[in-house]
Amino acid sequence: MPETHLHARDDRELTFAQAIREALAEEMRRDPTVFILGEDVAEAGTPFKVLSGLLEEFGKDRVLDTPISEAGFTGLAVGAAMTGMRPVVDIMFGDFVTLTMDQMVNQAAKVHYMSGGKWRVPMVMRTTMGATRRSAAQHSQSLHAWFCHVPGLKVVLPSTPYDAKGLLKAAIRDENPVVFFEDKMMYKLKGPVPADDYIVPLGVADVKRVGEDITLVATSSMVQVALGAATLLEEVGISAEVVDPRTMWPLDERTLIESAKKTSRAIVLDEGYERYGVTAELASVIATGAFYDLDAPVKRMGAMHVPIPFSPPLEDVTVPTEQTVFEAARALCGR
Amino acid sequence: MTTVTQPKEASEKVDLWLRMYRQMVAIRQFEAQVNELYTRALMPGLAHLYIGEEAVAVGVCEALERTDYITSTHRGHGHCLAKGASPDRMFAELLGKKAGYCKGKGGSMHIADPATGNLGANAIVCGSAGIATGAAFSSRCLGNGRVSVCFFGEGALGQGVLYEEMNLAQLFKLPVIYVCENNLYTEYTHYSETTAGDILSRAIAFGLEAASVDGQDVRAVHATAQRLVDRARRGDGPAFLLCDTYRYHGHHVGDINREYYRSKQEEHLWKTERDPIAKLGKWLVEQKLADVAALDRLQTELESEMKKAVDFAVAAPYPAVDEVGEDVYA
Repeated sequence: MPETHLHARDDRELTFAQAIREALAEEMRRDPTVFILGEDVAEAGTPFKVLSGLLEEFGKDRVLDTPISEAGFTGLAVGAAMTGMRPVVDIMFGDFVTLTMDQMVNQAAKVHYMSGGKWRVPMVMRTTMGATRRSAAQHSQSLHAWFCHVPGLKVVLPSTPYDAKGLLKAAIRDENPVVFFEDKMMYKLKGPVPADDYIVPLGVADVKRVGEDITLVATSSMVQVALGAATLLEEVGISAEVVDPRTMWPLDERTLIESAKKTSRAIVLDEGYERYGVTAELASVIATGAFYDLDAPVKRMGAMHVPIPFSPPLEDVTVPTEQTVFEAARALCGR
Repeated sequence: MTTVTQPKEASEKVDLWLRMYRQMVAIRQFEAQVNELYTRALMPGLAHLYIGEEAVAVGVCEALERTDYITSTHRGHGHCLAKGASPDRMFAELLGKKAGYCKGKGGSMHIADPATGNLGANAIVCGSAGIATGAAFSSRCLGNGRVSVCFFGEGALGQGVLYEEMNLAQLFKLPVIYVCENNLYTEYTHYSETTAGDILSRAIAFGLEAASVDGQDVRAVHATAQRLVDRARRGDGPAFLLCDTYRYHGHHVGDINREYYRSKQEEHLWKTERDPIAKLGKWLVEQKLADVAALDRLQTELESEMKKAVDFAVAAPYPAVDEVGEDVYA
């Protein structure tokens, strides 16, 4: 199941953005309670043009432009989700999730538990992440770790067009609030995407590349970085396995641990801040689960602990690159 | 024609007034038991009593259908009861028992009950403005004619999200009523120290239908709420209802010494001259619609009903410890 994309039945390729749009369109056709809410989602189709064409097909009652009120429309989505609708909220830049935190953390995440399981909040918040777009400190962060910290939320980080479509469809059908992070630098990434109605279940990791000497656990755009580093490592005789957890919660701990046990070395890559971040949790899972099989401490690579700077040479060093991962992996393998 | 219908209308009104009287007494007796549970150290944590404000919850909820939605606040027992919750399961929730509305996981500040349209009490001030507005959005999308009421205290006027929601509600013409209970005190601070300008003007600025009413006069609250609910149900959009009221007790049950923020004389005046139950009772007697003895009997009857509900809750078992991890995800 996790590797079905390797055996896609047709050769059709879509960009990451097209895959997202197709998932939304299919789910909106399937279920009349699914609707989209956000800033400039209708005629504009978002600044990234991810939603272009949806207004034309589904009309303005299901693709709604909102005021610039992230807390307001996210809160509205929570209430709508509780009472029979399936909102998909669009938060243009991941940095703006800060404005939605009470709605997501104190409301959406807790309603089910606080009500003793009576009310449900089947909503999706789609937002972006990722640096190196020269957008400076308030349009470049990857804040997914904040949501991973909150019981009641699910957190999804697709890395390929195939996964993006299947995971988004699963997220929309989920009975819980799901935060779905799209790396804005990947919207133009192309890959095979079947036209079928398929689901990638939440909580199932995917081995993106099979290897023997070191495991690179990578999320979102870091999967591409890890795959690039793996190619460089191949040239020096190191076989790297790339594992993509795909969802931060639920987390497929077993696949991560099994891979690390096999290779005996692991680096965890994520574009969020390294300190107190996703890499810390994933590294802990591996260190605990594969302890007796590890030949080296698990290494973590995330964003530097600085606000993302504007100046290109400064920004470029804040996040892991193929080269830095290549060097770290070589060092970890002692070669 | 009018001579035939008038007596029927009048008798329906009388039923409504008597029902509202009963509901207000029920809330007061419920809260008296809550205070008792706290002082006897039988209740985990704290509670925020609604005593003094009963006319707001009752007047508004009597204007709603059972399937209509409400959201409530940390001072929410009155809203939940007025919308139809059972005292026994509410007490059970307050004591953290499995039989409670939320299996003991919510407590005093989070009572929720889909069966009575209660989307939940909320312990974040203004935390449910989005939820109430979203429920109204669903009603519009699904065409089910339901109206949504968002109760909040005047302390919520300081939260920006309230204005975001009123803006959205008016833009989308949603059937939601924002009911502001101005009990004068934002915790331990008089609202005049926290609220600039005019309250109603804030709603008027967004184009909402706005009204203010004496929150101690349940008949006035009900009449105004009914008008706003009817127009919302017709599709005429959202409204804002400001109710002037007073919290007899402290911010919470443990807030005993209050003289640093309000005088005993002020409390005495509200209790003796503007009490919502006494006010309606006096009027009912004057109109010869009830006699003093009957109203007194009702007090006693509801007091004993509440004591029975407390007994049920005290005797009810706690949830099993292994339930702690249930209901995190649906």
